[in-house]
Amino acid sequence: MIKAKVSMFHESVSMSLSNIAHNRMRSFLTVLGIIIGVTAIIALITIVNGVTGEITDQFAALGTGKLTVTARGTPLKPGLTETDLETLSSISNISGVSPSVTATVVGKSDYAWDDEIALEGRNEVYFRMTPDLLARGRALNRLDMESKTRVCIIDSALAEALFYGRDPLNGTIIVDGHTFTVVGILSDEAGGDVMSQAMGESSKKLIVPYTTAMTIAKSAYITSLDVHVANTDLTDQVIKDLEDTLFATFNYKEDTYSIINMESLLDTMNTMISLMTALLAGIASIALLVGGIGIMNMMLVSVTERTTEIGLRKALGAEPGQIQLQFLIESFILSLLGGIIGTMLGILISYAFAAIIGTGFRVSWGAIAIGVGFSAAVGIIFGWTPARRASNLNPIDALRSA
Amino acid sequence: MSSTYFSMRNIVKEYRMGDETQRVLKHANLELDEGEFLSILGPSGSGKSTMMNIIGCLDTPTSGQYILRDREIGKQDQHQLAQIRCHEIGFIFQSFQLLQRMDAMKNVELPLIYAGMPKKERERRARETLERVGLQDKLHHRPNQLSGGQQQRVAIARALATNPTLLLADEPTGALDQETGRQVIALFEELNAEGRTVIMITHDMNIARHAKRIVNILDGVLTEGSAMA
Repeated sequence: MIKAKVSMFHESVSMSLSNIAHNRMRSFLTVLGIIIGVTAIIALITIVNGVTGEITDQFAALGTGKLTVTARGTPLKPGLTETDLETLSSISNISGVSPSVTATVVGKSDYAWDDEIALEGRNEVYFRMTPDLLARGRALNRLDMESKTRVCIIDSALAEALFYGRDPLNGTIIVDGHTFTVVGILSDEAGGDVMSQAMGESSKKLIVPYTTAMTIAKSAYITSLDVHVANTDLTDQVIKDLEDTLFATFNYKEDTYSIINMESLLDTMNTMISLMTALLAGIASIALLVGGIGIMNMMLVSVTERTTEIGLRKALGAEPGQIQLQFLIESFILSLLGGIIGTMLGILISYAFAAIIGTGFRVSWGAIAIGVGFSAAVGIIFGWTPARRASNLNPIDALRSA
Repeated sequence: MSSTYFSMRNIVKEYRMGDETQRVLKHANLELDEGEFLSILGPSGSGKSTMMNIIGCLDTPTSGQYILRDREIGKQDQHQLAQIRCHEIGFIFQSFQLLQRMDAMKNVELPLIYAGMPKKERERRARETLERVGLQDKLHHRPNQLSGGQQQRVAIARALATNPTLLLADEPTGALDQETGRQVIALFEELNAEGRTVIMITHDMNIARHAKRIVNILDGVLTEGSAMA
């Protein structure tokens, strides 16, 4: 009995295949909807995966363990003092605090002047935490901070603007009446982190001790700093400690500071990306739905066309269930075929895209499972009604309609 | 010798046509013994197709009792009816009803698939049956490569494939010329002589009179006729 059922199933499959092959053109056109839907889904998911993988990798490389603090302060105390910095540094599990004081200044050398110089006040932590920063010369150290030395480190753009190809090391630049000695040159690759590069801040940079910068900016307060976390597992605790300290610093007033965690930013971005992907896939699956309706239509036409055949099969002893199974298998095979072709096309397209744009190419097995699985499901769901209709045909009416 | 093959008592068949109910068979009574060769003769619209559908278990009567080989057909479910059609009854239709995309062998194998017969056995059986109707050299021809008479022979072979006890033919010569029609009738006579019960439904007196017994049907009423009528 089981053997008979298996052989019956086998016959249904081979009959379905021969039917599909018999109506080759029509089968292809019907399946086209499924192909387009699955191709769109696979290509979208794969491309988005590749691109965002790249972005998050970059993000993770620059942002782990770094908290960016902005302290607006109160009207009475519009920022952090050096004493406050000391307090913050003493929070446990912090490997360093790096303040940043910025201003746009006019500077001149023996040879030329420039009025769009981006002055950055930094401390020694900045140089310790940012690898490959210097091309030549020395970094700023703790002594520079404490004695507010008039030394600076410039990037190649500023070197070119003020020294015309002469060696700028040990040259002097006058800013706001103060004379700075050039002690280091920034390497071109490390002309800032990725973020500031993206914002076009890399050109004509002049880095001085932040204490000196505060003097020039005539400010006793620091409003922006990076806190480097030693053990990233404890980031949440560090943030909490930072918040407590800052809150106390600003006399328990609300909205006086903000802390941005690069990692949580990354998490937020990942969430947004997966939402976007889901949305796109949702839109693409409308194509799949339309494809399913196409399959249903073709199956209904097929049932009508083969009314006499169905009647005959029933007269020859086919049970309703067997007729239903045969039509169901047919629509299942049809849309599965579309799903497989669509998956291959989708992968091909996203591979080509990755090659042209130069982003990463990652085949997602999940996407393939979704593409093939959904198309098979579409075949069964949209094949059900026509198959049911075929199995319910009255053999007499069916044969008489000949 | 004369054991009863089927008996019909007070068979009524009604169809609903919108608001009206049309009574197609009006208290039909018919007894058939095993090994008989019966013609049901009537013009179109007389109810003879309905008669065939009920005899062939393609349809069940509205009321009345139809007992086929000790089974009451009205009480069988879809599955059992399919089994009866598969194993007991061989259908032959006016327009042959062969599947065009399959060759003669595959067409004859069709009922055997539904009977659950394994492939090897199926092919052997199909070949034998096609040989029986004289088509041994046409096994792999498709219907459109065969003449009308040959196509009807394939259809008869298909009806014989499951070795049924009853052959039920609906206007079997309707689409054939006189000569091939006569050959088909001769084949029926042979098969009847071998012991098979044969029922032929036709509007043509010249065909009907080849049977040993004729029943007339007119407006849904059955009357016993004679071969001389």
